[in-house]
Amino acid sequence: MQVKIYNKGIYTIAGLSGELDEYAAKELRRELDEGLTLPSVKKNILFDMGGVSFMDSTGIGVLLGRYKLLKGLGKNMFICNVNAQMDRILRTTGIYTIMQKVSV
Amino acid sequence: MNKINKFEMRLSALSENENFARSCAAAFCLPLNPTLDEINDVKTAVSEAVTNCIVHAYNGAADKYIDMSVTAEEGGKLTVTITDSGCGIEDVEKALQPFYTTKSDEERSGMGFTIMSTFMDELLVTSEKGRGTQVSMTKFIRGARNVDSRTDSAAD
Repeated sequence: MQVKIYNKGIYTIAGLSGELDEYAAKELRRELDEGLTLPSVKKNILFDMGGVSFMDSTGIGVLLGRYKLLKGLGKNMFICNVNAQMDRILRTTGIYTIMQKVSV
Repeated sequence: MNKINKFEMRLSALSENENFARSCAAAFCLPLNPTLDEINDVKTAVSEAVTNCIVHAYNGAADKYIDMSVTAEEGGKLTVTITDSGCGIEDVEKALQPFYTTKSDEERSGMGFTIMSTFMDELLVTSEKGRGTQVSMTKFIRGARNVDSRTDSAAD
């Protein structure tokens, strides 16, 4: 799993790619928590899932964990570029009610 | 006669095997001519079941094994059975509830079984405390019903 964090417009973008499952989760959490707590990170954080080909409920746990972390820091979390498989998971688990899907 | 195709595998309870397990199940069901959505449903459900074995049944112990068997029946019935010999589930009915997790401190969503039952057509969980858990999931691959029109002339 690869993570790229950069600023663009009103967002700090966390661009993820690979397969988000139990195997990838631990390292991903570490990288996101390190990158998203830097002083240069903006108020709005957009998770770009365009490169993620697969995600299961472990990924939901990772997203929820980051949501709590960011909310605690007074930041907003958004998500974009989800594929059909991921969209089904996100809808089934009700994630969109707390994490708005945006198109960019 | 109803043709049945089957495979069985045993794999170490390591998270790096999750991709392998779900890819195997997906590849095996290809002769049933599934849609991409159906393949993804199977992959996701298998991933959930295998994750449960690794995280919950064995609590991360790497020297344990997970057994997976998949049967594909003519007409499109796909059955995936995943078995562990781990700690077992005390209250299966409770475990099946959405958002129920014994590991909320580890950022677990508690949605594994909910996803399995939503993405597959049937889900059966049997468990015995201290002995292990078996998850049996069935999906009727609807894409398979549309292949009757395929003829030899298509190869010409």
